[in-house]
Amino acid sequence: MAWFKKEKKARQPRRDRLEIPPDVWEKCEACGHTDIREKFVRNFSVCPNCDYHRRIRAVEYVQIIMDDNSWEETEADLRSTDPLGFPDYAGRLKKARTNAGEMDAILTVSGKLGEMPVNLGVMDFAFMGGSMGSVVGEKIARLAQKSLERKHPLIVVSASGGARMQEGVLSLMQMGKVSAVLSQLADRRIPYVSVLTNPTTGGVSASYAMLGDAIIAEPGAVIGFAGPRVIKQTLGQDLPEGFQTAEFLLDHGMLDLVSHRKDLKQTLGRLLRHMSGKPAAAGWATS
Amino acid sequence: MASTPTLEFERPIFELEKQIDELKRMAGDQHLSVDEEIAPLQEKLVALRGEVYKNLSPLQRLQVARSNKRPFSLDYLRLCFTDFVELHGDRLYREDAAIVGGWARLDGETVMVIGHQRGRDTKENLRRNFGMPHPEGYRKALRLMKLAEKFQVPVFTFIDTPGAWAGLGAEERGQAEAIARNLFEMSHLEVPIVATVIGEGGSGGALALGVADRVMMLENSVYSVITVEGCAAILWKDGKSPEMRERAATALKITAQDLLELGVIDEIIPEPVGGAHTNHEVAAASLQEALIRHYEELRKIKPEKLVRRRREKFLKMGQFTE
Ligand SMILES: [Zn+2]
Repeated sequence: MAWFKKEKKARQPRRDRLEIPPDVWEKCEACGHTDIREKFVRNFSVCPNCDYHRRIRAVEYVQIIMDDNSWEETEADLRSTDPLGFPDYAGRLKKARTNAGEMDAILTVSGKLGEMPVNLGVMDFAFMGGSMGSVVGEKIARLAQKSLERKHPLIVVSASGGARMQEGVLSLMQMGKVSAVLSQLADRRIPYVSVLTNPTTGGVSASYAMLGDAIIAEPGAVIGFAGPRVIKQTLGQDLPEGFQTAEFLLDHGMLDLVSHRKDLKQTLGRLLRHMSGKPAAAGWATS
Repeated sequence: MASTPTLEFERPIFELEKQIDELKRMAGDQHLSVDEEIAPLQEKLVALRGEVYKNLSPLQRLQVARSNKRPFSLDYLRLCFTDFVELHGDRLYREDAAIVGGWARLDGETVMVIGHQRGRDTKENLRRNFGMPHPEGYRKALRLMKLAEKFQVPVFTFIDTPGAWAGLGAEERGQAEAIARNLFEMSHLEVPIVATVIGEGGSGGALALGVADRVMMLENSVYSVITVEGCAAILWKDGKSPEMRERAATALKITAQDLLELGVIDEIIPEPVGGAHTNHEVAAASLQEALIRHYEELRKIKPEKLVRRRREKFLKMGQFTE
């Protein structure tokens, strides 16, 4: 499962799952089920017992969604500055870069999904909680511009607590920026699919995450405008069971589908083919 | 009449106002003319107001922006516009009084006006949810914008909210989607949009009325990605103490001057000395002049070009290196 290596070695995530000895045991955070790590890995980091979807890195989503050896990273050189001179921000950025092995909270790539050319952006919660600042907004906007120029579908996988407060109102304006370019995509009838993973809240949910021509969420993902903690505070009591989960949003008409990670690629492919008037390739329509 | 100060830094102004009132009252009782005594005090009052307001800290600016003595959307509707017909409801779920809107005339011409609406007292604030809309408020706003587009009439929005409401019903009915939809639709609405922050511009709930061809802020208004209290609570585990709130207010760069320098807004609208709350009419005249001026410019631009420029404006926002 090698992927196309355009970027320098330092840009790969630190933990390389592929070199893990098979006899290492892992325990599911949700149900306590213990199994050899390989079982988790082969199941897309989903618990084989309870289907709990563990958090994975942006590059892992790219590997799951894109065809092998078909993709390359775009706009890898964009870097956050510290436009407000915000206390501790420069230090936090540095630490996040070291810990996450990425330059910011999103990885954008161009490549193929089921032999169909697509542009894919994946947010990375490991980088400052997937917070959206100028770089995240700009990278999605540029990726969408590529989609506009080439008429290729756009997919964004979200994982974010919301706007990055260290860039102040400039982070807020990224919501306007991405929404503006998405409206352009819509005007040209280029499909955009939004995938919501745990968590998708705040300024990300209140902009591109909820604007997909189709919106798919992973099982159990927490999705909402305000975080559960904030609502609990205003409410002054505990939240109902299952509130703000993907299944809750599906029930309330806010999502098209809740999809197991193992089905994500096929679901995306089928949706995009429907929306771009392309016939399903052999094998796509089954199951 | 001297009004009770709700803002601590206005106390010296309040004391002087009280002194002048007292002098006037005594003069009235004794049928004396005290004009000569009062004139220098009046001058001193103007100078004091100017001095206090020139040196406001970002946190004090926020307190002014939140003051319930400031003009609200409905006040500007009354003072800058004529022939206002309020429209209600999102046609989907219910009416949300945290956002008001409807047809009005600006300089004699029909326009659509939409704004957050706070309450002046507790009773009205409960009805208007302190200007914090539910999804239906944003969906009403969008309905009115589409109505304006249908009849080729410009849209004027007034931003004045601590933020969108965070609650069970708001989440169940898709608060995130409602805000996102407005950003998206405003991005390609084919009529001019002029947005003005008149009080507190709180996060996504503010921006949901703020994707516009021209974005302006009143001199003492603020615009922020997160509340100062929220920011201080998250970063320094203390959202209550004045020190930490001041620190957050300063760090977040929320004043009109900050936003002008960051390239997020186009213009700062001057307020009367001592803030818009000292004289609603003067504040409204200042705002009205700017609204008319921007509309005169925007109305000459063809719809496609207007939309293209609006998108370009937002696509340029942000700072990074590569
Ligand atoms: Zn499990």
